[in-house]
Amino acid sequence: MILQGRSFLRRCIFSTDHKVVGIQYGITALFFLLFGFCLMLLMRWQLAYPGTPIPWIGQWLGENRAPGGVVLPEFYNELGAMHGTIMVFLGVVPLLVGAFGNYLIPLQIGAPDMAFPKLNMASYWTYLLGGLTMLVSFFVPGGAANSGCTAYPPLADIATAGQTVWLLGMVCIITSSLLGSINFITTIFQLRAEGLTFMRLPFFVWAQLITSFLLLLAFPPLEAAGILQLFDRVAATSFFLPSGLVVSGEPLKVSGGGSALLWQHLFWFLGHPEVYVILLPSMGIVTEIIVNNIRRPLYGYRTMVYSVIFLGLMSFIVWAHHMYLTGMGTALSAFFQTTTMIISIPSVVILSCLFLSLWGGSIRFNTPMLFALSFLPMFGIGGLTGLPLGVATVDIHLHDTYYVIGHFHYIVAPGTIFAIFAGIYYWFPKVTGKRMNENLGQLHFWPSLFLMNGIFMPMFIQGLAGVSRRLYDGGAQYAHAQGVLHLNVGISMCAWLLALFQIPFIVNLIWSMAKKEKAALDNPWEATTLEWAAPTPPPHGNFREIPKVYRGPYEYSVPGAAKDFTPQSEA
Amino acid sequence: MSVMNTAIPYTVEARPETGLYNAKLGMWLFLASEVMLFGGLFSAYVFLRMAAAHWPAGSSILSIPLGAVNTVVLITSSITMSLASAAVKERKFDQFKVNLGLTILLALVFLSVKSFEYGMKFSHHMYPKTNTFLAIYFALTGVHVLHVLGGLVVNAYFWGPGSRMGQADPQRFANRIEIAGLYWNFVDVVWILLFVTLYLL
Ligand code: HEM
Ligand SMILES: [Cu+2]
Repeated sequence: MILQGRSFLRRCIFSTDHKVVGIQYGITALFFLLFGFCLMLLMRWQLAYPGTPIPWIGQWLGENRAPGGVVLPEFYNELGAMHGTIMVFLGVVPLLVGAFGNYLIPLQIGAPDMAFPKLNMASYWTYLLGGLTMLVSFFVPGGAANSGCTAYPPLADIATAGQTVWLLGMVCIITSSLLGSINFITTIFQLRAEGLTFMRLPFFVWAQLITSFLLLLAFPPLEAAGILQLFDRVAATSFFLPSGLVVSGEPLKVSGGGSALLWQHLFWFLGHPEVYVILLPSMGIVTEIIVNNIRRPLYGYRTMVYSVIFLGLMSFIVWAHHMYLTGMGTALSAFFQTTTMIISIPSVVILSCLFLSLWGGSIRFNTPMLFALSFLPMFGIGGLTGLPLGVATVDIHLHDTYYVIGHFHYIVAPGTIFAIFAGIYYWFPKVTGKRMNENLGQLHFWPSLFLMNGIFMPMFIQGLAGVSRRLYDGGAQYAHAQGVLHLNVGISMCAWLLALFQIPFIVNLIWSMAKKEKAALDNPWEATTLEWAAPTPPPHGNFREIPKVYRGPYEYSVPGAAKDFTPQSEA
Repeated sequence: MSVMNTAIPYTVEARPETGLYNAKLGMWLFLASEVMLFGGLFSAYVFLRMAAAHWPAGSSILSIPLGAVNTVVLITSSITMSLASAAVKERKFDQFKVNLGLTILLALVFLSVKSFEYGMKFSHHMYPKTNTFLAIYFALTGVHVLHVLGGLVVNAYFWGPGSRMGQADPQRFANRIEIAGLYWNFVDVVWILLFVTLYLL
């Protein structure tokens, strides 16, 4: 009995198997995603009906957050800061990298596990610790961090204790992703199966490889910045506090001599690569699914690989396009404006390759494919609306408005999150041996697609009108906002309905897991990459025998072949 | 279900294409991220110094002799670390123990000198919050001290309980010492840069 108990712990909780770690990441991150989403649902009430009590839920929030059910400005700020932090650092990235990357990379390269299984386990547990730290921060005096998810000083330096907890949480998250990225890169370089050259890697693996490099090299400067902000908050230094700062009419008793801009530089040096950490794995997932469902080779595989490498490199020299309004000077602005225009080229190339791949394919429209296909135009809108932001003169008007919110949410919400859904529907049969229900899948997809656009499209209009993204009442006090305020109700309605239409997904997930399927197929989608050559679900060690690779990743409809797909492991 | 082969390749011997075993590549990657961490801190130093109206000369606040002693101590410890690594490759475990032991002792000397320096500053009422120079001095050297401490713990483990692997699996053990040495040399290089920027420039 005891032995069995221990083996359960070893197998399912403290496992070093990359698949178990991947699933742990996936489940935890889905919970965080849902939680971060709920924070936003609360904010949307305040924006749609400023100053009115939130029905039902309001009374549960506590007197110090929402007396009488009306959200306090301080609590609104907490919601905003934590929504961003949780969605990006605890939801989306852990899903894309921690869950999909962990589960799929060893399988797709024909390896028995990650190069460092113990580090892999440690990476998950430090991530969980970071996540719990973030949750706990809601209950410290003054509540959670409330200086925005970008933690700009001087505000963040003098904010309530929640900010310190936020910094500690970030240190855990950074450590976790450091362990993960070292592991991923080593695994991809060292453990590829025989015959699997770099130009035969599935595009998903390429995307994960570049992503890992971004995580490896871009996160440490944020860690440095975090350490300095901790110093400022705990040891009363002035790294980010300029001289002569006055707070609430009182001169601040610090030495001064620091610079708030320093934080912004260090933060965005991570921040911009981080957006590609979100984008690239999504592109990887979407590519796998689209190629599989058009039953023909990918158009421009090599071009896509070179583009993704170029994207990775460029993403390190565009960061200051987030800082045009800081008065950093026209020479610098011109530089960063140019690099920003250049970096959009490889994204467009990748997008075009995917679009061109569709041409002449016999497309199968199943749920994963629908989500993957809708990623293309949604990411397209997100990327194209980024271009005006990249031009300094235009950004002076648009900076910090709802336009920016619309821009990046088109990429992360109907873009990346759709890619995540696509991936879940697509790889579920490999993970569990069962398929998810198609009808529920469609009931999830179509409303989500419409509602996502209902939420974010109007934000462009509000942003163009100049409505700031950080207002507690959505801009009710500003004359220039009056014409577009009514949009807030519609946006909020869409957001709440969107929550409703995630229920089919949750039901589908649980129900499909619980149901009994006759015989699990190893390769239900008739795909070519190596993960489908493994038994289902793949056991510890993955393959019956380590596979050999004889061909590129996407040999679909090869003329003269017996079937319309030729797996990589087929001689 | 048939038994799967779960052994991970290239944990001990190198992969021919890359010429590296897994842990060595892992350590190089880790050091790359460390370069970015200290790079971030150093650029903060440059940024603050450029923006400052007045920046004190390091020598007017810090003790150059103590810094120089510590530089010599760390460089020596890098040499003993390399000797330890070379010894274990040739399976000369007694030499290995002596040299790794010396490395550990030198690290302790370094930490003692450093804490003496910190103590002197505190006794003169010089804290991180006193001015920006001291703030960045404590931040940079503090993070570095943590790295020395980490290296010290790992080396002590390889000297003590971890050294049993030297008999059981000498090649793997030699690999471990080799990458511990890589790390230790990195910590040494960072200190030299710190010494130059903070004390001398
Ligand atoms: C394809 C080309 C892209 C361009 C030219 C671009 C340009 C910009 C610019 C200039 C800003 C700053 C706007 C401002 O604050 O005034 C911005 C903000 C932002 N972008 Fe993009 N972007 C692109 C792609 C992406 C991608 C792929 C993502 C990620 C998932 C992304 C996520 C973000 C985020 C999160 C912000 C807001 C940051 C904040 O202030 O909180 N962008 N973008
Ligand atoms: Cu950016």
